[in-house]
Amino acid sequence: MTERTTAQAPSPGPQDEDPAAGSATLDTVTDSDPAPGGRSQGSSSRGRGERVFRRLTSGSGLLVVVAVAAIGLFLLVQAVPSLMANNANFFTSPEFNTRDAANLSFGIRDLLVVTLLSSLFALAIAMPVSLGIALFLTQYAPKRVARPFAYVIDLLAAVPSIIYGLWGIAVLAPALLPIATWLQNNLGWFFLFAPGNLPVLTGTIFTGGVVLAVMILPITTAVTREVFSQTPRFHMEAAQALGATRWEVIRMAVLPYGRSGYIAGSMLGLGRALGETIAVLIVIRAATSPSHFSLFDGGYTFASLIASAASEFSQPLPTGAYIAAGLVLFVLTFVVNAIARVVAGGKVNG
Amino acid sequence: MAKRLDLKAVDIYYGDFHAVQDVNLSVAPRSVTSFIGPSGCGKSTVLRTLNRMHEEIPGARVDGEVLLDGEDIYDRGSDAVAVRRTIGMVFQRPNPFPTMSIRDNVVAGLKLQGVHDKKKLDEVCEASLRGANLWKEVSGRLDKPGGGLSGGQQQRLCIARAIAVAPDVLLMDEPCSALDPISTLAIEDLIADLKKEYTIVIVTHNMQQAARVSDQTAFFNLEATGKPGKLVEIDDTSTIFSNPTEQATEDYISGRFG
Ligand SMILES: Nc1ncnc2c1ncn2[C@@H]1O[C@H](COP(=O)(O)OP(=O)(O)OP(=O)(O)O)[C@@H](O)[C@H]1O
Ligand SMILES: [Mg+2]
Repeated sequence: MTERTTAQAPSPGPQDEDPAAGSATLDTVTDSDPAPGGRSQGSSSRGRGERVFRRLTSGSGLLVVVAVAAIGLFLLVQAVPSLMANNANFFTSPEFNTRDAANLSFGIRDLLVVTLLSSLFALAIAMPVSLGIALFLTQYAPKRVARPFAYVIDLLAAVPSIIYGLWGIAVLAPALLPIATWLQNNLGWFFLFAPGNLPVLTGTIFTGGVVLAVMILPITTAVTREVFSQTPRFHMEAAQALGATRWEVIRMAVLPYGRSGYIAGSMLGLGRALGETIAVLIVIRAATSPSHFSLFDGGYTFASLIASAASEFSQPLPTGAYIAAGLVLFVLTFVVNAIARVVAGGKVNG
Repeated sequence: MAKRLDLKAVDIYYGDFHAVQDVNLSVAPRSVTSFIGPSGCGKSTVLRTLNRMHEEIPGARVDGEVLLDGEDIYDRGSDAVAVRRTIGMVFQRPNPFPTMSIRDNVVAGLKLQGVHDKKKLDEVCEASLRGANLWKEVSGRLDKPGGGLSGGQQQRLCIARAIAVAPDVLLMDEPCSALDPISTLAIEDLIADLKKEYTIVIVTHNMQQAARVSDQTAFFNLEATGKPGKLVEIDDTSTIFSNPTEQATEDYISGRFG
């Protein structure tokens, strides 16, 4: 019996149980399996347990890859008929008109502009702030202060998007108005601060970007803090022993060590900002004329446009138009995340 | 410029833990003193109090006097950063800044002191690398990162970095423990050279090394785990190894112990 199990059963055994049992009884499979062999034949049963485990892990890894590929494929298949029926240039047209299913004309130019502008602006705010917080928490603050502070930052990630949206439009937008007005009056010659396509200076990409910055702060800070706190002691001691001040230790040891993690964390934040839906939908006002590449424009991002139209997804062709936009967003976030991973060199898995 | 070191009634703590008790010793300028003793007796701890690295550990503190040419480095007016600029340290594990070029590694301390004159930095870089016996091996690749050198080369790079600022005292904590015999000999030769200009204190577990490189040897011991470490005996190296006063010292160096 034991002989047979170890000699030939391993491959059918786990495979039979695996799909049937599913994840619910996973525990019993791993618990009961190695135990009987373990008493009589230590090493071969460990080999078997390892094989089962390896199969489970590589199987689930494969499953994720297949799922992602399937999503991409789904989007593509659904989008193609609409793209064929499109009367406008998909990449350069600023309009997104799907009311008449027989006469579609949609393009992503403005969606791309608003999405990138709001996300990059959010990143431009979140990057220095999270760098400062991470340095403070890991290098300056005593543990007593750092713990609760870090906890509060992490808590920001637990606030639902809808709350950020409400806060953004009700509290932040009026609060930012004086700053926005000042920027436009004094730096209006610069395209980012030029007058936009909205009659007012609230509910702009500017407001949305600040909301997004707060929303991505937890993830960028958490990753950055983590890598900074892992700076090897002996790197820091090298600087200290040369008579480096605390800031010089940071510059010589902490930043060089943590830089790739910091960039990776920021990219993860960017990925999050690109896909944020409901907060953006609430905060950034719709605009009738095309975008001017100004932070004081309004408009839709990929995600907010799709969400705003979700109630009308009854006819396949108009729906396909939104799916095509979704596909672009999918690719965009995918690329950003891939960059994050490459930069991190496997140091981050958040 | 080499200076003398005197420790008077030094007690060292990690929080509530009394790590080392009542150390009194003197180190003459331009001499080599080695610290020997069983693991955990506090050699590194004492060494790290000599350049105020000890206080970087939360809760750590030092009582007593550590005098550098008669001035207490723990005096109120004295600044840890300034102390470390004049008392260099080489660690057990080679720790060059891995992404910095070899040249920048060597002159890192000088740059911290505000020297930015390119010509001066290059001069010091070459002189220090020659001093650390590394110049021949790296002169062609000074712009390559310091992390790309072998372990022995990295350790000599660290020595070059430490001597580039012309410290008053050079502290070394088991500088050869990660190195092969040839690199070890290279560093021992180097210590013999450096002795002409610097005051050197070295921690080592290698009795032969202590006997070979040092003028004076200090034996530290621990009565029991949890008790503070103590300086048992300090004397000329030849005396310690041939005719020590304390039985514990004799037991340790003859291998009957710890
Ligand atoms: N960071 C620290 N925090 C608390 N206790 C410490 C710390 N570093 C060292 N100690 C304790 O202080 C005592 C002396 O340690 P130290 O590192 O000085 O020993 P050592 O003589 O250098 O030993 P070794 O030969 O193994 O390097 C030990 O009991 C050690 O556990
Ligand atoms: Mg030690």
